Parts: sequence; structure tokens; C-alpha cells
Amino acid sequence: MEIYLYIALFAPLVGSLFSALFGASPKTKVTGIVASGLLFVSFVSSSILLSYVLGGHTVHVEMMTWMATGDLYIPFGFVVDQVSVVMMMVVTIVSTVVHVYSIGYMDHDKGFNRFFSYLSAFVFSMMVLVMSDNFLGLFIGWEGVGLCSWLLIGFWYHKESATWAANEAFIMNRIADLAMLVGIFMLYWNLGSLQYDVVFANITTLPVVVITWIGIFLFIGAMGKSAQFPLHTWLADAMEGPTPVSALIHAATMVTAGVYLVVRANPIYSEIPNMGLFIASLGAFVALFAASMALVNRDMKRIIAYSTLSQLGYMFVAAGLGAYWVALFHLMAHAFFKALLFLGAGNVMHAMHDELDPFKMGGLRKVMKGTFIMMTLASVALAGIYPFAGFFSKDLILEVAFVDHHYIIYSVLLFTAMLTAFYSFRLVALIFHGEERYKLFGIHPHEAYKFMLIAMAPLLVLAIIAGAFKGSYYQLVTSLLPSGEYHVHSIATYWIMTIGTQLLVLAAIAFAYKKYSSWSSVPDGTSALEQSFGYKLLANQYYIPWFYEEVFSKTYRKLSHCLWKEIDLKIVDAMVDGIAGVVYKTGEKTHKIQNGNLSDMLRWMVIGLVILMLFAVGFSVLAMFAQAQVEFVRIYIGELVLGIGLVLVAVSVLLVTYHAASIRKTGKGR
Amino acid sequence: MEITLTHYLVLSTILFVIGLIGIMRRKNLLLLFFATEILLNAVNIALAAISHYRGDYTGQMFAFFIIAIAASEVAVGLGLLIVWYKRTGRIDLDQMTSMRG
Repeated sequence: MEIYLYIALFAPLVGSLFSALFGASPKTKVTGIVASGLLFVSFVSSSILLSYVLGGHTVHVEMMTWMATGDLYIPFGFVVDQVSVVMMMVVTIVSTVVHVYSIGYMDHDKGFNRFFSYLSAFVFSMMVLVMSDNFLGLFIGWEGVGLCSWLLIGFWYHKESATWAANEAFIMNRIADLAMLVGIFMLYWNLGSLQYDVVFANITTLPVVVITWIGIFLFIGAMGKSAQFPLHTWLADAMEGPTPVSALIHAATMVTAGVYLVVRANPIYSEIPNMGLFIASLGAFVALFAASMALVNRDMKRIIAYSTLSQLGYMFVAAGLGAYWVALFHLMAHAFFKALLFLGAGNVMHAMHDELDPFKMGGLRKVMKGTFIMMTLASVALAGIYPFAGFFSKDLILEVAFVDHHYIIYSVLLFTAMLTAFYSFRLVALIFHGEERYKLFGIHPHEAYKFMLIAMAPLLVLAIIAGAFKGSYYQLVTSLLPSGEYHVHSIATYWIMTIGTQLLVLAAIAFAYKKYSSWSSVPDGTSALEQSFGYKLLANQYYIPWFYEEVFSKTYRKLSHCLWKEIDLKIVDAMVDGIAGVVYKTGEKTHKIQNGNLSDMLRWMVIGLVILMLFAVGFSVLAMFAQAQVEFVRIYIGELVLGIGLVLVAVSVLLVTYHAASIRKTGKGR
Repeated sequence: MEITLTHYLVLSTILFVIGLIGIMRRKNLLLLFFATEILLNAVNIALAAISHYRGDYTGQMFAFFIIAIAASEVAVGLGLLIVWYKRTGRIDLDQMTSMRG
């Protein structure tokens, strides 16, 4: 089985390196095909591993020693267990689909080969992240996906906004990663190991305070990667990258790494239920917060990005409340339908020549039938309508909150579910229904390549049927994660809840359709609604990016400017320049010595000798005082001083006469 | 009056100073060689005297080495001097400034 593990892990790396070979050459389709093929190989290996793990085994290999010094021993170890195999399946399925899709999507892009190199490198990093058997390996994968995310957000680096967004994402993640590193250091400091099995077996021996701090620091890391408030602004801006990137990295896999971390570290978080409650509350807040921003946004991809943020909030609610398997299940289901939604949005973008404002579309269902069906079904799944995947995973989270008596969280999530349905179908209605507003802008939309739609089909199937795997999935992961059936005790309550939720969601969908499916004009910001305070607040993302810009960026810029002007220029540079200046001036003043005249050189030699002798006399005198009893000094010091003194006197006289002589000579105009 | 080490050393110093004055003041290359010889032999005197005083022959050995090296140095130097004289017709140090830095 180990060979399959290595294949699953390294096939994407091989694909990445292969594509990198062609990085600088013009587009060759072969890179895309090879990279996709290797991803498929990785997917097949993961499936074989899945069937093996389903048989009740796990695979644990130690590839090689990474660090071994003193008591520190960290191997490159990989584990395929019930949790990581689920993640591996999600990652390989979505990335295979996205790779194939990208062959069509990036068809006309000059950086085609480069794109596949980055994308496969991302998958490799993600596999390292989920398969590592220790926290440091996870951290390497964590940084790797961060790097690839940076590369891919800024893929169109000639666009100012893209590079800005890439840097924002990278820096935000760096802030969080610092905290995560601190958490990892604390684990090592207290337990002497970073291996999952050792850490989790011994975590209960630590005092609760220490566990809490570790939990907090690790969770800050998770917050950065999963874009939880207040580190959430980068995710919406990350939509500057190519759409397949948004589908793979910023919807399905990388942003869920934070959830994976909390799920993986469940023995730590089980020890600190208060921290869990905080995570759940933050998750619920983010779910609502992000959904509200999606309500009014006029950028198709940003709407989906906020939706991702909102769903990540759901996952953290489940993870925070101890229902780790539910979190992981929603992660899986969400990966499928959200990636599908993004890829559909990519088709629309292509058709609309990179237009992102859904108000400028409308009526696209006539020309883009396939995309229309897929996006509608993905939205249905996202809204959580029975029997689609979202129903099983999202309603489960609602039930968890309800069964655990967290009614506030429950009502927030319920309300958010309605908002989710509303904004999803607002988008669908605006894009595919109503009048063909795009005609005003002279665009002639066309459906995407057929193979792109076929590539998306597996995701569509999974988005529809993923809920059916709930039973076997539960069997699988609860052998590692804390099991817990979340059933509402009274059957009547259960049905009221379920049907009630469904009705509310359906009502929201109906409302969205009613409001937007016959939209006829492109809003220009003058309507009463757009002038209202609430709309402006939401459209400006609660002014949080503005706040960050004003408070953090500008302060930092001022500080940097001050340090540059005051410290760097006036102290550091002045010192360096001063030293250089001294050397330069000395050379300037003394280069006349080297006039090529042997006689003059000899004189200088004598002067040097005199100086050295002066030193000798000085040191001798010092030595005499220091160790007057030593015989050597007693015998020779008198002669030494006498001799040197004579020389000095003679040379001084000489120099004076020489000086006088040379003046006389110059006077003669020689 | 008995001649002690001090006398030898004073002599050596005086000779050394004369040599130094010589190399600083002389403009004639031949005389410069003379001055160099004086310098070297001033050191030789000191070495021999101290060697005798200490009863250690290392110093005298050094003196012999210096004499041998000085002889070869002068041989080379005079050879160069002759070539220079043939080329320019003078051996004035102030003319030899082609190695200006």
C-alpha cells in the first residue's frame, strides 16, 4: 500500500515539475494533459487507499529523517488514516476536475504551462498538508499551499490589482502562520514531540491553561488560512486569480485547511470546550457576516467567495461544537458543489468576456444550457434542498447546534441558510433569467467547450449524491474522530425543523427569483435602495477593508517612512557612508605618497619603521611596569630603550632637515 | 676601559642611523646600495655581539646568512644598475619614476 501512498503524494509534484520544464516556452497542450493525467493517477491511488482504509487499516510510512538533533526528531512521515483519506479524495477529485477544466479555460492564455506548474505544485503541497503525520510536516504543506496561492492569485501579474490581492493574501496568512508556529513550538516545548500520535496521547497530561493557549494559537493559524473574521478580507480579493484557482484553492481545498487542522487536532480541542464554543460562535458570526455581504455584491465571483466564507463558518460551528465528523462532511460536500459553482462562473465569465457584474448579464440560459443547469443544481445543493449534498451536511450542522442547546447559534445559522438561498438564487436569476441585458454591451456569449462541461460532470454528480454516502462516511471517520449521533429526540421536532428549514429556504429562493428573474436594467447606484445606509454598509464590506487600510496600512506606511527618513538615512546610511568617506578621503589625501620616486618611498618606509618602533617602546615600557621582575626585561630594556631612542632622535632631526630641503627644492621650481 | 655589549650596541645603532640617513638622503643609486650595506652590517654587529654575550651561536649564524643574502642582493642590484645606466646614462633616483602609482 505504501507505493500507492507515494504515487498519490508525488504524482502531482512530477506533473508540476514536468510543466515547469516548459514554463518559459509557448503554450503546449501536452503540459495540461500530462499534469491532468498525473492528477488522475493520484486520484486512482487515493481511491485504492480509500478502499484499503475502508477495510479498517491505515498506512503510516516514514519516508526519511528530516531533522534529528538532540532530542528533536522529526521525520518526513505520512499517514493515510480515516481522516486524511477523506481529504485526499476531496483534493484529488476536485483538482483532477479543475485541471481538465483548466485546459479549456486557460486555452488562450500565454502562461498556460506556468499555470499548470503552479496548480500541480499546489495539489502536491495540499497532499503534504493532509497526509503529514506530524505538525511540522503539516506546516510545510500549509506554507506550500500559501505560496502556491500567492503565485496563482497573482498569476496575471501584469495586473496591479492581482499582485495587490496576492500580497494581501500572503501577508494575512503570514500573520496567522506566526501564531500557528507559536502553537507548534508550544506543543514541542511541552510534549517534546510533534508526531500526531504522541501529541494526542499525551495532551491530557498538560495543564488546561497550556492546552488553551496551544488551541488558541493553532486556531489563529486556522483563521488565517480559512479566512475567518478578522482575517477574512483576503479571500474576496483573492478572486483576482483565474477562476479555476478560485474553484480549487479558494473554495474546495486550501481554505478548508483550517477546518482540517481543527478536525485533526480534535484531541486538543476536546480538552478545551470553552475554546470550542468560541470557535463555534465565531463560525456562526462569520457565516452570517459573510452571507450578508454576499447579498448586495455586484461581482459574481465575490458573491461565491463570500458564500465560501459563510460555509467555512458553518464548518467551524460544527468543529467547535465537537462534531468533527460533521465538519469534515460539510467540508467534503461543500468542496464539490462550491467548486462546481465556481467552474460554472468561469464558463459565464468566458462567455461574457470577463464581465463579472451579474446585472450586465441576464437571459444566458438560452445560450449556455449546460452551465445553467450545473450552476442551478450547485446552488440548490448549496441552499441545502433535499436530496442534494448540502441538505445532509448543512442541516446536520443546524441539528448539532440545536441538539447541543446552542439556540442562538442555531437561529443565526438558520437565518444564514435563508440568506444563502437568497443570494445564490439572486445570482442564478440575474445571470440566467430575465432580459438579455448583455446585448446593451455588445457581447456575444457562447457556451464553453464541451469537454469542460464533461469535466465538471463528476462534481455535479457528487454534489447531488454526496449525501447518500453519509452512513458509510460516518462509519469510516468515527473510528478516528469522536463519534456522536446528533438526533433530535422528538420525532415531531425533527420533522418540524427539517421541513421548516426547507420551507424557509424555498421561500428565500422564490423571493430571489421573484425579485431578480425579471430584472431589466443595470443599476447605476442612484436607486433608493442603493442609497440606503444598510446597502452601502454591506456593499463596502462593513468598511473593514477601508478600516484596515486607514488604521493598519497607513500607520505602517507612516512608520516605515519615518524609519526610512530618520533611522535608515540618518543613522545607518550615514554610518556606512561615513566609513566609506573616511577611506575615500584618506586615499585622496595620501595618494601623492605613491609618486614612483624610490627615494620618497624609502623615506616613508623609514617613517613606518619609526612608528613601529614607537609602538615597541610603548609596549616595552608597559611590559616593564607590568612585570618588572622578569629577567629579560631587566637585562635588555635599558639597551632597547637607548637604541630606539637614538634612532628616533636621529630620524626626527633628519625629517626636519629633509622637509626643509624639499621646500627649498620646490622653491627652486624643480 | 673594557668594551661591553653596550658599546657594540651603540655602535650598531649609530651605524644603523647613518644607514638610514643614507637611504633617505642619497639620490645616487650606487650610494644607496652603500647605505643599505651599512644598515645590514649594523644589524650584523648587533647580532654578533648579542650572540657572543649570550653564548648562543644562533645570532652569528644569522649574521652569516645576512652577509650571504646581502652579497647576492648587491650582485643582482648592481646588475640592474648597469642595465639602467646603459639605457639612460644616469643613475639618479629622481629619474626613476616610471612605477608611479
